[in-house]
Amino acid sequence: MPRIAALVLAALVAALLVAQAAAKEAAPAAADPVLEKRVMELAEELRCLVCQNQTLAESNAPLAEDLRNQLRERMREGKSDKEVVDFLVERYGDFVLYRPPLKATTVLLWFGPLLLLAVGFAVLFRRVRRKRAAVSTEVSDADRRRAAELLAGSEPR
Amino acid sequence: MNRFVIPVAVFVVLVVLLGVGLRLDPREVPSPLIGKPAPHFELPRLHETDKTFSERDMLGKVWVLNVWASWCVSCREEHPVLLDLAASGAVPVYGLNYKDQRADGLAWLKGMGDPYKISIFDFDGRVGIDYGVYGVPETYLIDKKGVIRYKRIGPLTPEIVKNTLLPLVRELERA
Repeated sequence: MPRIAALVLAALVAALLVAQAAAKEAAPAAADPVLEKRVMELAEELRCLVCQNQTLAESNAPLAEDLRNQLRERMREGKSDKEVVDFLVERYGDFVLYRPPLKATTVLLWFGPLLLLAVGFAVLFRRVRRKRAAVSTEVSDADRRRAAELLAGSEPR
Repeated sequence: MNRFVIPVAVFVVLVVLLGVGLRLDPREVPSPLIGKPAPHFELPRLHETDKTFSERDMLGKVWVLNVWASWCVSCREEHPVLLDLAASGAVPVYGLNYKDQRADGLAWLKGMGDPYKISIFDFDGRVGIDYGVYGVPETYLIDKKGVIRYKRIGPLTPEIVKNTLLPLVRELERA
């Protein structure tokens, strides 16, 4: 019985090794690793429009695959990264970019957080100053009289 | 009492903003193609495979290009609307059969009715990419000069046809 188990195990391991070898063989990246790296690096910066929170590099949607093919093809034609990105922006708009360009409509997007931070600081400063002012003016008439008496050297009542 | 006014006001504004955000459809990406010339294509037709069709054939006419596929579920929902629109004769409807099998596309039109004057066959989806297609169905309204005037992502509804598409068609026809 244990011999059979060992045989089965050996067969499984062998099958796994074969499968892995086959998987490696199937990878299309082998064709041109340098180009493939460039495609993937650029695809990391681009949004897949079907599954909107994935990059073009991560997504398995058929459209993402098509678009990766377009990137690959254009790069093979010798287009620069910028030209390739422009090709996509022309068709799908700035939405495909994970880093939107700075223009009139995106100013708030870029500087909104900074603006909020500034507002936060402004509120904080005002509060602190007001509190400090409140502490320093809390001297009542009775306190002043007592201070004057102390300064004059007479015993307070 | 007064010290609660500002935090409550901030909270209310936040809730309103988030509420509006929930109602927005993230799939409605504004198309950069509106106001631009329709990208050029020359594709074989779905029915008469030996003939081609190009957007240039339509210069001088206002027309609708509808992107569809037999595998697309929302297209089934949209189909009666397209049949009605085509039957009304208000504007000619052309189809772009997107990443489909020819036999499946033909069977679909046979079974459900064919609203399209001509359907073209975009097997590898290249023309789709030129038109910025990412969710079928999509519909484009193109004017006499071949400029895209309107784009709908997702199925047309009778309301959209009546309130948006047809008024725009009438306006463009006059131009």
